[in-house]
This record gives sequence, structure tokens and C-alpha cells, in this order.
Amino acid sequence: MHLDHSHDGPAAVSADARRPDGTRRSLRIGLGGPVGSGKTATVAALCRALRDELSLAVVTNDIYTREDAEFLLREAVLPPERITAVETGACPHTAIRDDISANLEAVEDLEDEVGPLDLILVESGGDNLTATFSRGLVDAQVFVIDVAGGDDIPRKGGPGVTTADLLVINKTDLAPYVGSDLARMSADAKAQRAELPVVLQSLRSADGVREVADWVRGQLTAWTA
Amino acid sequence: MTAGVRSTARITASDDGRGGTCLPVLDGEGSLALRRIRSTGPDARVMLVGAMSGPLGGDHMSVEAHATAGARLRIGSVAATIALPGQAKGEARYDVRLTVDDGAELHWLPEQLISACESDLRVTTRVELAPGARLVLREEQVLGRTAEEPGRLTSRLTVHRAGRPLLDQELACGPGAPGGWDGPAVLGGHRALGQLVVVKPEFEKDRPPPALLGENAALTPLAGPAVLVTALASDALRLRGTLDDALRRLA
Amino acid sequence: MTRAALLVLADGRFPAGGHAHSGGAEAAVKAGRITGAASLEEFCRGRLHTTGLVSASLAAAAALGLDPVSLDEAADARTPSPALRTAARRLGRQLMRAARAAWPHPELDALAQRFPKGSHQPVVLGLTARAAGLGPADAAYCSAYESVSGPATATVRLLSLDPFDATAGLARLADDIDRVATAAAEAAARAVTEGVDSLPAASAPLLEVGAEAHAAWAVRLFAS
Repeated sequence: MHLDHSHDGPAAVSADARRPDGTRRSLRIGLGGPVGSGKTATVAALCRALRDELSLAVVTNDIYTREDAEFLLREAVLPPERITAVETGACPHTAIRDDISANLEAVEDLEDEVGPLDLILVESGGDNLTATFSRGLVDAQVFVIDVAGGDDIPRKGGPGVTTADLLVINKTDLAPYVGSDLARMSADAKAQRAELPVVLQSLRSADGVREVADWVRGQLTAWTA
Repeated sequence: MTAGVRSTARITASDDGRGGTCLPVLDGEGSLALRRIRSTGPDARVMLVGAMSGPLGGDHMSVEAHATAGARLRIGSVAATIALPGQAKGEARYDVRLTVDDGAELHWLPEQLISACESDLRVTTRVELAPGARLVLREEQVLGRTAEEPGRLTSRLTVHRAGRPLLDQELACGPGAPGGWDGPAVLGGHRALGQLVVVKPEFEKDRPPPALLGENAALTPLAGPAVLVTALASDALRLRGTLDDALRRLA
Repeated sequence: MTRAALLVLADGRFPAGGHAHSGGAEAAVKAGRITGAASLEEFCRGRLHTTGLVSASLAAAAALGLDPVSLDEAADARTPSPALRTAARRLGRQLMRAARAAWPHPELDALAQRFPKGSHQPVVLGLTARAAGLGPADAAYCSAYESVSGPATATVRLLSLDPFDATAGLARLADDIDRVATAAAEAAARAVTEGVDSLPAASAPLLEVGAEAHAAWAVRLFAS
């Protein structure tokens, strides 16, 4: 009996750096930001840039489950078994901050099923400027905004813009069309974030994700050191 | 207060050693009579015949059937069973005990149970299966005769396999049943419901995947080599149609 | 031991994954069976007396110290829908994580080891109550209340229902919750002598069918 559950694979309790079997777990990086700022496109570009050098997987948290997962599958950036979708009960920020259980479960299952992994990208569902990841879920977080969302967002600040380990200002190619002042956005962001890095990116250009990919490589080097 | 009627039917089916099934025990008493009908295959076919109307309040009916190793037994009923209010107040009981040994097969396919207005019936169906046993079991409950309020009906279906629980489901409905029974989580106004259970050792390796059978029925693989079809319908005819389709699919 | 542990465990913000589950409400909303506060209340009442009673009894039995592996098996037999079994095990695994952080206990460790992909949530809940020094009645109350609070908060989000109406509905269910929790605790006590088979098995056909429909959707907000 009990044909529908297996008995393999350990279950960890917390965000400990080691799995219950003593091996070091993968680095987890969260990507958050408002709806439409280009989180999924950034994840897809990162997968393409890093998949040949790293073992990686993705957890998506779109409020409409599976849409982001399906985008990633359609773009064929990773094999399907390396992409997991988590339902968030219409509250994407809850799933990455207040109650991270479903995301932790997804992360563990990926490590059990397709591991060992070097890196897991956890993409938040589109939310507002106050949504940040719990440190119990991710080791570092990227906040993605875009020039079309209004060039006053960096000045306004908020936890995402201010505290994320990396701020990405995306879609710089659109700046002339939407009347956004890139220099001002960049200066405001730097003022809000002191020493924390900011990347201006356009995924329209070849190798547009290079700077973010380099930052990820740096995080990974620090994690495995 | 009048005591109700006690009725018992007992059936034992055995391999007759010639590729067929014999019935060393075939006893009916009280309101339950049994009749063996002709079969062209290796199985024995038995029909339950209700000799009186009922069960009425205070009555206690029971059926015990045992298919021993290698036997193939198929049990049906000639007509629907109608739970009615009786002079003896209090609930009526209907207990079914089915036992299927290794290599044996039992089909329990009675007609509907109709819960008439102001009746009060408690049904228990307990099935004990050996690891190599095969079972096809159908139960249908109809809440009230045409345009009639249902009576009180509680029906529990328990299937054990190799001594471990495989399925345990109870439905309580009608006046006095716990709240919400006719609401959007339980019956949602449907007046006919049914269960079809199919257990076979082959499902150990290859169970059918879950499937929806229309809007209000589903085929669900259980946590063992078995599937349950749960169906709700507006009436007995539509219900039977859904369960018959499912049975063909699982045959 | 402190009774206040019950408040921690029953808090809707206890991080055990419940926020992403609607308890069948999302399927019922889509099917047009829940359309507002009144039908939500009837939905919750029906769920409470079926799934809620079964879950509360399993939780109370686990809190009482009955064998969790037998209780897990009993939960499987009482959950025909594979989608609901999967959801119950996922929620059990998620609760286990929070429970081991909040009330570390060797019995929790043993259950986690036995079911790495999760035991049924009510079994884990009962054992969590036990680890927190709570009794079977506490576990039954927590489980019975969860069986209605989940669908209520989910429906507030799904239908943009007035949260005061939904909460008033939960308050009106208080007597029913009392009855179910009491019956569950009594059933658990009986199961000590009569065995786990004697625990309630009340079923809700529309919840089972609805769960399978929901699991087949391509787009949904809730995990179950």
C-alpha cells in the first residue's frame, strides 16, 4: 500500500548551509520586483548564460501558477525537471517572506531530484516595492525595476530598492521612448543604496545580462569559499 | 414498541475444481431471500430478493458473503432497496460483510438504496480483501423518492486489504445529519450519489491516473492497488450512466 | 507546558504553508457553488463536519500518542483524492519544518524520518501539539478551526469578499466547531481501545471531485 509516496530524500529544518546528509546545499538567489519589470526575462537570460558552467534550477512564484514556468519552458532555457512552480494563494510576498515553507520545499525537492545543484534562482511573483525575500529562503536577492515603471522609483526607495543585494534597472533601451532619465535613476539609486551595487541593463542587446551574470558568479565564489 | 425484523443472508462461494464456482452456503432468512441465477461463465451469480418491503425503522438486515480462494461470485439485487419509516421507531440497520480470499473475485452490484422521507437507516459495508483478491463494488444512494424529502441516511464503506485500511468513507445526509450535508462542500443539492470501487493486484504496478468523469464525478486512484469512482447526479438514471461508463473503462 | 502554545500553533500566521491552500474553496468558487458570504458559510459548515471532523480526530489521536504510522494510513484511506493526499502530505511536511523549529521533540524527528515527503497534516499537527505540551482536545480544536479558517480567508481573496462578513461567518460556526472538536477528542479516546479504524470517516464528495478538477487546471491561485 501507500503507492503514492516515496521514502527517499532527507528533509532539512531551516536555511542551514548544509543538507541533513552533511553536503553543502546550493546557493539560492531571489529575484523580486514589480509586475512587468523583467524578472522572468532576466531569469531566462541568466539560465542561458550560466547553464553550461553551473548546475542550476529555478523556482517560480507567479501569482498565476505555471505561467512563468511555462514561459521558461517555452524558451527552453532549462529542462522541465529543473523548473518548479509554487502556488502563492494570491499573496506572492507571503510566499517569499512571511511563510516560506512551500518555497523551501520546492528548493529541497529540486536538490533531491536533479541535484547536486550549484545555484537555485527563486523568482518572486510580481509584487509591490515593499516585497523582499526572507533570509531563511535566499542567500542574496536581486530587485528588478524598469525604466518604464517611472524614473522616480529609485528616489522613492522602499525595502526592495534600498536593501536588495543587487538592484537591476532594466529595459534601458526604452528610456528615450518613455522619457526616463537614466542618469538620474542611477544617481538616485546609488544615493539610496550606499555601497550596494546597481546594474543598468537592456536584454535587447547581445550579452545584455552579462553584468548580472558576473555578479551571480561572484556570489557563488563567495558562497563556496 | 414493536421490535423490527431481523434478516440475514449468507453466501459462501468456492472453486468447484472444474473451472466453475459452487455455492456451499446460500441461506436467506427474514426479509432477505437469495436466488442463484444461470451463468454462462466461470462465476456464480446470486440475486438478493427482498421478500418484504423495507428495511423499516428498527429492522436489522445483514448480508455476509465470502468468496474463498479461486471462486468468482457476482451478487446483484432484483430491485432497489427502499428505506421506509416503520412502526418501530428508531433507526434501521443494514450491514454488509464481504470477504474475498486470494485468487478470488467478488462483484457486489446491488440496485440503488433509496432513502424515503422520514426513514432512518444506518448502512455499514465492510470488505476484507486478501492481497491477491479482486473486487468490483458499487453502491448508489438516492435521497428521497421522486419529489420527496430524503430520510436520514448514514452509510459507511470500509475496505481493508491484507488487514490494512484501503478505503474508509462515510456519508451522512438527511434531516438531523451534521450541518452542511446538502451544501457546496458535500452534496450541493444532488439527490443521487454513488461509489464504485475496483481493486485488483495488477493496479499495484499500474493504476489508472486520476480522471474527471463529467462535472460531478471523478475517478481517483487510492493509496493502494485500487480506484474509487465518486459520482453525484441529479437522479438515479444519470448516476448509473456515469458509473456504468466508469466500470467499462476499468474492466 | 503552557496553553498559550495553542495560540501560537493556531495562529493563521504560523509559517506552515496554509496560506497557499484554499481547502477546496477555489474549485467551489469556480464551479459557482460559493458566490458570497452565505454560501461560504455553508461550505465551511459542510467541510467542518466532514474533512474537519476526520482531521480533528486524527490530530487528537496523534496528540494522545496513538501510532502516527497507523494514523497516516487511516488518513490515506479517508482521502480518496490523490490531489488531496498530495496536498495533505505537502502541508504535513511544511508544518513539520515549523514544528521542529518551534517545539523540537524526538517524536517529530522520528515522524520526519519515517515520512521525508510528509505525513498527513493532521497527524503532524497532533504530534506538534504533543511536542508543545498540548492535549488531544487542543489539537482537535486547532484542526477543526483550520478546516474552516483556510477556506474563509481564501474566499476573501478570491471573491474580494468583505472580510468582516467572512469573519462573522466563522464566528457563527463557533458552536459547530465546539461540537466537532469535542466529538473528535472523544473519538480519539475511544480509538485507544477500539483501534484507529473506529475514528470518524465522514466524507464530502464535492470536495473530493472538486480537488481533482482543481488539480487539472493550468492556472490557479491556490495549491489546493
